[in-house]
Amino acid sequence: MTEKSVVTAIRDALHDEMAQDDRILLLGEDVGTRGGVFRISQGWLDEFGESRVIDTPLAESGIVGVAIGMALHGLLPVAEIEFADFIHPAFDQIVSEAARIRYRSNGDFGVPLVIRAPCGGGIHGALYHSQSIEATYAHVPGLKVVMPSTPADAAGLLRSAIRDPDPVLFLEHKRTYRAIKGEVPDTAFTVPIGLADVKREGTDLTCVSYGYSLHRCLDAAARLQADEGISVEVVDVRTISPLDRGTILDSVRSTSRAIVVYEDNRTFGAGAEISAMLAEEALFDLDAPIVRVGGPDVPAMPFAAPLEHAFLEPEPDELYRKMLKLASF
Amino acid sequence: MSTRVAETPHGALGLTPEDLLAMHRTMVMARLIDEASLRQNRMGRAPFVVPVSGHEGCQIGTAWPMRRGTDIWLPYYRDLGVVLAAGMTPYEIFLGVFAKADDPSSGGRQMPAHWGSRRLGVITGSSPIATQIPHAAGIAYASRYRGEDAVTACWFGDGATSEGDWHEGLNFAGVHRLPVVFVCENNEYAISVPQSKQMAIRDVADRAAGYGFPGEVADGSDVLGCYAAMKRAHDRAREGEGPTLIECKTYRFLPHTSDDDDKTYRSREEVEEHRHHDPIDVFVEYLAQHEVLDQTGHDAILRGVKTEVDEAIIAAWEAADPDPRTLADHVFEEPR
Repeated sequence: MTEKSVVTAIRDALHDEMAQDDRILLLGEDVGTRGGVFRISQGWLDEFGESRVIDTPLAESGIVGVAIGMALHGLLPVAEIEFADFIHPAFDQIVSEAARIRYRSNGDFGVPLVIRAPCGGGIHGALYHSQSIEATYAHVPGLKVVMPSTPADAAGLLRSAIRDPDPVLFLEHKRTYRAIKGEVPDTAFTVPIGLADVKREGTDLTCVSYGYSLHRCLDAAARLQADEGISVEVVDVRTISPLDRGTILDSVRSTSRAIVVYEDNRTFGAGAEISAMLAEEALFDLDAPIVRVGGPDVPAMPFAAPLEHAFLEPEPDELYRKMLKLASF
Repeated sequence: MSTRVAETPHGALGLTPEDLLAMHRTMVMARLIDEASLRQNRMGRAPFVVPVSGHEGCQIGTAWPMRRGTDIWLPYYRDLGVVLAAGMTPYEIFLGVFAKADDPSSGGRQMPAHWGSRRLGVITGSSPIATQIPHAAGIAYASRYRGEDAVTACWFGDGATSEGDWHEGLNFAGVHRLPVVFVCENNEYAISVPQSKQMAIRDVADRAAGYGFPGEVADGSDVLGCYAAMKRAHDRAREGEGPTLIECKTYRFLPHTSDDDDKTYRSREEVEEHRHHDPIDVFVEYLAQHEVLDQTGHDAILRGVKTEVDEAIIAAWEAADPDPRTLADHVFEEPR
């Protein structure tokens, strides 16, 4: 085990995968000479050569489209979208092409493609360097959407994504990159796509979250235990789609109370689907209405610190208070 | 200077009379499948078909230098002639027209003419326009990376050249000098929108300059001219000289699809004028001039192809429909 940050865990996992399989190529803006804006691929141009670490033209649809072509012809491309906010020009390639190719060809073709995209806010990224995009893409059958929140999950899920025979959108919350550290096994371990994980065990209520929000939930849960003796179970969704209903339902059925927390705009967000699933499957196991905490329905996160903070936490210690209220319902 | 008998145009291209007859038969096959498909549509047996008539010259001409089993094909929905040249059979075409379970392109999931076959190296296509252009660049990149002697070719219409993906794909191909050929079948209309409202230039081929590789205009009614342009482009790709953009000036004699009414945007006189340059008639005349095939021979081939098409229709119509229980298959790779 080695303690690493999320960004280092991603870097090491991707590096080791590339070192052992020359079908894996990295392509995107600034991934070569610059080594990526987050320094994921620093030094790789020299190590792997420019045929495997490709500085592409500044064109996201082209990056994904070219990567789909590579994946259709025997390679395992990892396409990097510099910021998730810039992925939208590639929507058609991701949705109409990558996600539909296996289905539309009746299983004749597959697209083993990974699209990495740094997402999320709280880093003074403003409207176009802070977006949450997971719900938009989780709505698309044929595409897997994962979002790790810890260094070990990031490494293990990235290996699974690269080995997956289908397209995977791999979302990396920027605020976790350097802020979140943790022990990472030194082996080439994998974390299966499609499995949620109980990050903190508890008995009084279940908190379902992912990405950087998960860490805010863990913080609130720890303080509630210390202050009030309230035991909060925290479930890390990890894979947004396909959703691990079983792990989430098992936890909620055992605690009978559920709060769903996500950074994305509240309405139609991933938490809406999770809440609907709980309402459909676990209504008679619940002792209190499901609580849903999402970002406000404004176009995106503003730049000015007070506005950004208001987006992330509209009232002081919001999660702590809402968990406390739910526990005492 | 000594004089000598001029070499025939096809001889100069390395094409034998047998090659010419095979090209001719494939053009006739495309035409008769097209006409039969539209009849099946009007009979209520095919909900939707995509005509090809008029494009046979540019399609067979540009497809013919491609090597089956080695090269990679990315056709668009009008490319019946291209996929016939790639090896798809009339029976397989009609399995698609009737959306049958064994339709090689999609098992009846897509509209007809959305071609695909891993076995033939024909890459699955969709309905959004020009999305296959970056795929062609990526495939060409991968084939070179893997050390293969493969040429990737990608076909599209004039409307496709307005899409962002078209630019992004050609640009990437140009930057990396990839072994790929881009073929524009310019029939002057994107459904109803004429070329004058699609672009401010006369020749799509001019755009190649912006990507750092050659563009060439070919006469779509001249199958050998299209063959010659493609042969040069194919050779360039194999020799590591990079991509080529070929623009074939062609015309579609029928509506965009079975659901279109082209009388709303083209005069009958205009269509009739273009029918005087029917690529099949032009080629038949060439074959007669060079004593490869006379009118009697052409008529015999028409009869033979018609019989083959009729038999394919009967067999395909009787083939099994997709099982409703397969609706959710192949969303992801299934566990083995």
